[in-house]
Amino acid sequence: MTEAGYNFAYLDEATKRMIRRAILKAVAIPGHQIPFGAREMPLPYGWGTGGIQVTASILGPADVLKVIDQGADDTTNAVSIRRFFTRVAGIATTDATGEASIIQTRHRIPEKPLTENQILVYQVPQPEPLFRLEPHRAETRRLHALADYGLMHVRLYEDIARLGHIAKAYDYPVMVNERYLMSPSPIPAFDNPKMHQMAALQLFGAGREKRIYAVPPYTAVRSLDFEDHPFRPIRAPQACAICGSTTSYLDELVTDDAGGRAFICSDTDYCQERQAAPKAAAE
Amino acid sequence: MKQLTPGFADPVLDAQACFRAILEAMSRPGRIQRIAAHITPPAPLCTAAGAALLSLADADTPLWLDTDEAVAAWLRFHCGAPITGDIGAARFVLSCGPAPSLAALDIGTDEDPQLGATLILQVAGLIADEGWRLTGPGIQHEHHLRVLGAPADFVSAWARNQALFPRGVDVLLCAGDSIAALPRSVMIAEG
Amino acid sequence: MYVAVKGGEKAISAAHTWLDETRRGDTALPELSVAQIEQQMALAVDRVMAEGSCHDRFLAALAIKQAKGDLIEAAFLLRAYRTTLPRFGASLPLETSRMRLRRRISATYKDLPGGQVLGPTFDYTHRLLDFALAAEGREAPATPEALADLAETPRVTEILAREGLMQREALSEADPGDLTREPLSFPAPRPVRLQNLARGDEGFLLALGYSTQRGYGNAHPFVGEIRVGHIGVEITPPELGFAIDIGDIGITECQMVNQFKGSRTEPAQFTRGYGLVFGHGERRAMSMALVDRGLRARELGEEADAPAQQEEFVLYHSDNIEATGFVEHLKLPHYVDFQSELENLRTIRRTAEAELREAAE
Ligand SMILES: [Zn+2]
Repeated sequence: MTEAGYNFAYLDEATKRMIRRAILKAVAIPGHQIPFGAREMPLPYGWGTGGIQVTASILGPADVLKVIDQGADDTTNAVSIRRFFTRVAGIATTDATGEASIIQTRHRIPEKPLTENQILVYQVPQPEPLFRLEPHRAETRRLHALADYGLMHVRLYEDIARLGHIAKAYDYPVMVNERYLMSPSPIPAFDNPKMHQMAALQLFGAGREKRIYAVPPYTAVRSLDFEDHPFRPIRAPQACAICGSTTSYLDELVTDDAGGRAFICSDTDYCQERQAAPKAAAE
Repeated sequence: MKQLTPGFADPVLDAQACFRAILEAMSRPGRIQRIAAHITPPAPLCTAAGAALLSLADADTPLWLDTDEAVAAWLRFHCGAPITGDIGAARFVLSCGPAPSLAALDIGTDEDPQLGATLILQVAGLIADEGWRLTGPGIQHEHHLRVLGAPADFVSAWARNQALFPRGVDVLLCAGDSIAALPRSVMIAEG
Repeated sequence: MYVAVKGGEKAISAAHTWLDETRRGDTALPELSVAQIEQQMALAVDRVMAEGSCHDRFLAALAIKQAKGDLIEAAFLLRAYRTTLPRFGASLPLETSRMRLRRRISATYKDLPGGQVLGPTFDYTHRLLDFALAAEGREAPATPEALADLAETPRVTEILAREGLMQREALSEADPGDLTREPLSFPAPRPVRLQNLARGDEGFLLALGYSTQRGYGNAHPFVGEIRVGHIGVEITPPELGFAIDIGDIGITECQMVNQFKGSRTEPAQFTRGYGLVFGHGERRAMSMALVDRGLRARELGEEADAPAQQEEFVLYHSDNIEATGFVEHLKLPHYVDFQSELENLRTIRRTAEAELREAAE
């Protein structure tokens, strides 16, 4: 049963059509930001309204939805968004990455590789990768039209000159299909390589900034780097305190006042799956 | 005038299912999807082309078409799309007869390439795993697609369209209840 | 930990129950009715209607009650409701010379046709806390003077325009665009700018308008006219083909008269900044008019380097629903990005320390 008085998946059909048309053009022009008439949603701007509008426009009764925030299904905003879709679309939800047909995410890509039968929907706070370097959107649109990304290269090279490293640890800019510079949303740079040649379709929704963009399946996504300073994804050099993973992205927990730290998987489903099948995991 | 045949039996869920088939087609160029909705649009419009327009076209999307008044009336009634005689001003271009030149359609601008039109090209048949060799985003290695009744010079016209990237035209190929897509990013070689 | 712990759903439910309880406050006191808010917090209702961009006093009052008096939260509730409403059509332009006025003042003429009508205003009140109001049950005194008559009252700017001293606005039958359907793009046409300002945050507009008076934008404004009152809204249903009145709305209109030096093609004359807002909102309408004039700098060939003249800056940051969402989203967990910053910082420090050691050796 869905919420009385509202259309399936909350949005009216005209709004869905407008968003669907934007999504199709986004897929046809990988990495290009498509302006769209984002609507006010019953959740605040900045809390996932872009991702929610994309999910609401693609979702059908046969879909199984997973929502994660910071990699976890049980973070409060993930719970709130999942509850919203259960209420307005009556669809099935899951915590298991492998069972989901649509995964809406904030700030992470699941550790388990996604398949051709899945769509990953990112919540995007700031779709413009150049915004810290050029705040005027009229100007950044021109730069994208010209594929002029010199500003970003200069910024990254200045980091190397000053610090010896590129100082961008998340929302690390990528080139999509060697044409458009794109913000991967504030995922850790650790997750960037997962975007490259991913089997699943990746859709990005920015509600407040009113932009939609996409990376089709099996598309080249290259993190910007330099020959003498190749891109290096960073993760804490520890093992998960629960499942022992040495390859997953970790959250750092402060355990006491004396500098005690513990590290556990940020992807809670991945961690639980490894706990449930310790033998299979310990290859 | 004959009575209009109905549109989607369930306008909300049929449109969603049809959109997902188109999204899948667009995401994996050359792979053939089936439209599950049962509609009987007026001839010569096929199920896939009719369903695509029911799902995507509305009052905000001027439509150009090369069919007779029966199809126009059906689309006007069910989608509310304004029919335009100016092919360069259309968001959707429906071709059931000899295909218009891709170059006649709106290709968008460098800043707004998404304004490039979508051509809904009705063809005689779609066969997977043979024919044209497709490469590009959405395709892991290569996809093959044979398009029965494709315009004779389509591959070279497509190469010119593809060279305009990111500007250009996107194509939905429709035959019966089958649909396949050619986003402007895809490269086609004769196979 | 407020996030990683299982049971987020329970925590959210509990928090919302608590919110309901605090909204009600002390149950020994009578509950506020929506009608009381609508009547006795009328200016708060007006502000919520303006920023919520929906003219409905009852819904705005309900939103204020639900939001515990947080007016931005209330405007958000109203906006989110508004988006779900079907559109039946567009209204015809309002002819504000036909407003039924409660208040009408001009700072440029001592007297003028229609006269100065003070109406219900805080102006000239002494801002002394009125402890008599704290004692409930006081009868409100009857207004000694009746409302102004309903005859058409000419606009001050029109008086100037007839003399050729006020630049006439270009008439246009073009579709004015709709900010609620189409995202902003730049340069934004004036109708879109005005839509944006009309529902912009009052504090933001006030500060920007104020800045133009203090030298950031070289404004020399006079209040040509402020009018507050009611006006009928008309639509022309396509099936009827003639206009019908669908009801009254309360509005405030402000026309600011500004100096213009003239250009090669135009003689020196006055230009206007325009403000029109839902309800009684003089501060908002005046601020809007100042900022509107600021944003016209480019089209009038003036320098445009002050904040209130920067179209992108003003229009992208005026919306308090967008702004509050994004500022407050910082409350959401960011520990994934923060963790990547931590590791990054540690790596950079390790590199620097290693280099220092090397240099010392
Ligand atoms: Zn783990």
